[in-house]
Amino acid sequence: ALLSSVVRKAPIALSHLLRRSVTGEPSAFSPIVSIALRWSAKGTNNRRIHSESCLHHGEYEWKDPKSPDEIVNVTFIDKDGQPRQVKGKVGDNILYLAHRHRIELEGACEASLACTTCHVYVDGEHLSKLQNATEEEEDLLDLAPCLAENSRLGCQIILTKELEGITLTVPKITRNFYVDGHVPQPH
Amino acid sequence: TMNSCNGISARLVLVRRFVSTCTRQNTSTRVGIVGSGPAGFYTAHHLIKHNSNLHVDIFDRLPIPFGLVRYGVAPDHPDVKNVINQFSVLAESERCRFIGNVSLGKDITLAQLQPFYHALVLAYGADDDTFLRVPGEDLDGVLSARAFVGWYNGLPEHAHLNPDLSGDTAVIIGQGNVAIDVARMLLTPISILETTDICEHALEAFRKSSVRRVWLVGRRGPLQVAFTIKEFREMTKLPECLAVLDRADFEGVRELPADMPRPRKRLTELLVKTADAVGSEPATGSRKEWGLRFLRSPVAFLCDQQRRKVSGVKLEINKLEGDPLSARAVGTGHFETLDCSLALRSIGYKTKPVDKDVPFDPKGGIIPNLNGYVSTGLYCSGWVKTGPIGVILSTMNDAFETADTILNDLQHGNLPTPSDSGDVLELLFTLPGLHPTSFSDWKLIDQVEQSHGRPKGKPREKVTSLEMMMNIIRTHSAQN
Repeated sequence: ALLSSVVRKAPIALSHLLRRSVTGEPSAFSPIVSIALRWSAKGTNNRRIHSESCLHHGEYEWKDPKSPDEIVNVTFIDKDGQPRQVKGKVGDNILYLAHRHRIELEGACEASLACTTCHVYVDGEHLSKLQNATEEEEDLLDLAPCLAENSRLGCQIILTKELEGITLTVPKITRNFYVDGHVPQPH
Repeated sequence: TMNSCNGISARLVLVRRFVSTCTRQNTSTRVGIVGSGPAGFYTAHHLIKHNSNLHVDIFDRLPIPFGLVRYGVAPDHPDVKNVINQFSVLAESERCRFIGNVSLGKDITLAQLQPFYHALVLAYGADDDTFLRVPGEDLDGVLSARAFVGWYNGLPEHAHLNPDLSGDTAVIIGQGNVAIDVARMLLTPISILETTDICEHALEAFRKSSVRRVWLVGRRGPLQVAFTIKEFREMTKLPECLAVLDRADFEGVRELPADMPRPRKRLTELLVKTADAVGSEPATGSRKEWGLRFLRSPVAFLCDQQRRKVSGVKLEINKLEGDPLSARAVGTGHFETLDCSLALRSIGYKTKPVDKDVPFDPKGGIIPNLNGYVSTGLYCSGWVKTGPIGVILSTMNDAFETADTILNDLQHGNLPTPSDSGDVLELLFTLPGLHPTSFSDWKLIDQVEQSHGRPKGKPREKVTSLEMMMNIIRTHSAQN
């Protein structure tokens, strides 16, 4: 169970380590050791591996792109339907990029796949370019109000050059609290 | 207790602790929130974010904050509790103040509190039980799941629950996420539990527990289960534990209508897949098992002649009437018995009216409201508003809705002017026997809990007695 957990979460964690090498940030440890250390640090709390898609909790997203090659243009449509164009960079986590630019997107569990508060809609053209959602993400998406075909969790989207021009829409607040659109009847 | 000799200096210390992180101005909008769980904090978060001239006081009847995030979320789900970090930043910010150990209805009335605020928000959730009202519900060994969760999570009022885990079968009435949490706690290997923030008294009890079989009993069928897929999937992956589902229960749900909402469809497919896999796993010598029993309603809890201790539950077999989305369970007049040594009632939490001036709908178990508005200057948020259903996401959305209603009323001049322009703390300090706590006090307890947990390899060892919490706070005050 441990190994499959590691393998499942590896792509996202590795992409973060990849971005470190792209940006030239010094990394004291090799990628594998880095992942192991990160998880062992968390593991003292819980034997099960936490799935954290961002190693820095938003610090990386506050850094500007170092060169034009890194830039990925992103459009957020906020809760009021207003478009906001921001310059992200390769390796940015959408949730923390949104926070940097004060887009109202909540991240209650801090990108650990334990809530659904960062639910966003992805534009059709870029939806297929995203890494497939893991089973864990799909299970959480089931709880999102107004779930649609193009629903994803923002904290699971990491920018690549391929996602240039991506548009992410933040859902409007709805009053529907049942997970499948159900309206309760007395029984 | 504070005696009169050092009463004045002690009160000065208290005021200093509260005021240091809060710059209060008379011209700002003042909002009071009763309840410091997700509903309370998310309401505060949204209000403060959208109005720069607004201050919030968040009250809780316990000396420490966070409500169900601390006392409801299971110990083995620590990531769900990460939201506490965000709430802590808010509580320590200039325009937010936590005031604990003040109980609405017991220590202070609505009429005493309201005059200090432009708006008062009731966000105190649901801490009462729904009862089955069947014979034997008062037997030893018949417990509320809510109390059981409070017990392993260290809620002071349930610290001495002392459930008897010496038998081999537990029956849980209810098939929601709380029922699943309880089942998982009963069946999770100790080696996993002992690295969590589960309370030591519960860990000891689980170490000695001989419960190896847990049934979750629901009055309707597979299409009506209230638990969600993440939690069910977690059960299927429990180490050293077998899922025992009966294929026959799923005959009617193999073919699902095309327009069935995705969440229900995915969950039902997983249920069917799990049932189909029963018997095909290699024999691992697993000592534990759990299962779902459908179409069964408890009509009585049974005990043997000598003792008032539960030995089983009598169930009536139901049939379903109506379409799947609104199916009703109807008794058939046929019965069966399920042996058990522990029975847990997990059929929903309930809100109770805490103050005579708070309107309450006993049938729906909520405070009647329109988008959170109750009456002039009075609002509600969270489970008192919607009923006790929903995860942090839904409570968050709901809290934002109430906050928007308040902001809207503020904008249109519909909020009353506080008749008392003073600080509510001045009143609280005059009430006999009241010892309000601050967020700094919580941080003291937080440090103590973490330092007690560290040598045991746990993130914290929770303080489970109110007396001990207040002692920690007073000792620190005296030293400083």
